[in-house]
Amino acid sequence: MSIPHFLVHSPKDNVGVVVVEGLRAGTEMLGVITETDTTLKLTAQHDIPIGHKVALKVLGAGDTVIKYGEDIGRMVGAAGEGEHVHVHNLKTKRW
Amino acid sequence: MASKYANLTFKGYRRANGRVGVRNHVIILPVDDISNAACEAVGNNIKGTMALPHAYGRLQFGADLDLHFRTMIGTGANPNVAACIVIGIEPGWTKRIVDGIAETGKPVAGFSIEQNGDLKTIMDASRKAKEFVHYATELQREECSISELWVSTKCGESDTTTGLGSCPTVGNMYDKLIPEGIYGVFGETSEITGAEHICKARALNPEVGERWYRMWKAYQDEVIEANKVDDLSESQPTKGNIEGGLTTIEEKALGNLEKIGRTSRYIDILEPAEQPKSGAGLYFMDSSSAAAECVTLMAAGGYVVHTFPTGQGNVVGNPIVPVIKISANPRTVRTMSEHVDVDVSGILRREMTIDQAGDALIDMIVRTANGRNTAAEALGHREFVMTKLYRSA
Repeated sequence: MSIPHFLVHSPKDNVGVVVVEGLRAGTEMLGVITETDTTLKLTAQHDIPIGHKVALKVLGAGDTVIKYGEDIGRMVGAAGEGEHVHVHNLKTKRW
Repeated sequence: MASKYANLTFKGYRRANGRVGVRNHVIILPVDDISNAACEAVGNNIKGTMALPHAYGRLQFGADLDLHFRTMIGTGANPNVAACIVIGIEPGWTKRIVDGIAETGKPVAGFSIEQNGDLKTIMDASRKAKEFVHYATELQREECSISELWVSTKCGESDTTTGLGSCPTVGNMYDKLIPEGIYGVFGETSEITGAEHICKARALNPEVGERWYRMWKAYQDEVIEANKVDDLSESQPTKGNIEGGLTTIEEKALGNLEKIGRTSRYIDILEPAEQPKSGAGLYFMDSSSAAAECVTLMAAGGYVVHTFPTGQGNVVGNPIVPVIKISANPRTVRTMSEHVDVDVSGILRREMTIDQAGDALIDMIVRTANGRNTAAEALGHREFVMTKLYRSA
């Protein structure tokens, strides 16, 4: 298998993690869901640093973000498929 | 059929109380901050000894004082310590620590500064420290079963690669070695926040899970709620975590908990620096998530090897316990290679499985136990940091 651009913990997740350095917008990305060892394709819409999250589907403000199959917080801004998800559009529900 | 890990052995130092150490330190332990200078002078005089200066030990009281004594005694009692000199400003508290360490049967001697002054104390303590070095350097390693190893874990400067790679590597190691009878421990009370429901469910039974939850909730109410000014966004996740792609405390906690693997259940809850008393297995220690504090507390609990997953590259070490760094972040492995003992970045490229990474970590644990210096040891990282519960009297 080619080296993946991003990894996803669980099939329930709506975000993945970029695992290559220097990812540029427009890259046709290969992803792997580690729990099921299945692959998926996605086009990067932003330059996304290694370790940062990418939206696997359209996420609107108020949507719950799922990673590890668990709730990790709420979108406070929108992100389209293939866009960067981080502190600018995702926040914990706790505080 | 016995697992392929059942027959693993390492060469360690068997102590008088039966515990096995993987290092053979002669330490000079200050009871209090003002005895640091004398301890460091003895450490300079006598080669092969090491002073452990720290910031506290005066006018503490209640649970905070109990923790101070527990950490001091636990550090001296750790099997990685062959012999110990204790120096304090006055004889009372000094003797209390000496007596606690002496229960292990190892050589320990106390010296106090009042009515002697630093110089006479340093001379007397140096003579005794020299005796201890001769004693320690004649001790020989002997073959020990893997089941005699106590392995702690705590991660630091986490990022999303920690939850994908280095923490599951530690979890895989525990899944393989806990069934062989090792003692394990994880902690970081504040960093479980966001995954507390999962952690509670990983207890041996509901009673232990309920005790764990009460401990976690007490921390939330008495420390976080009592002292926070707005929220913990500036500290949890840390700036380094955010740089590494972690956004929320829930995301960080879920990655953190990957360290306990898939099958292990914790059997008991330990106070900070408390030694386990419920037999072999995995424990949770109520502890700070600050790296040096947490490793110091686990060392005082009697653990002799520490496994430390890092994403962005925490460089922490400990004076008496080898700290093995594991990283899956290819940028960290490249830019901070001198700090990384086990490179598991192949997990992200799908070139290495978690099972293979776990085996690589077990191999490094055995080599480290046999005497290989870790990156942190070679680089001189000796962070010894006492946990303080509240302001002194």
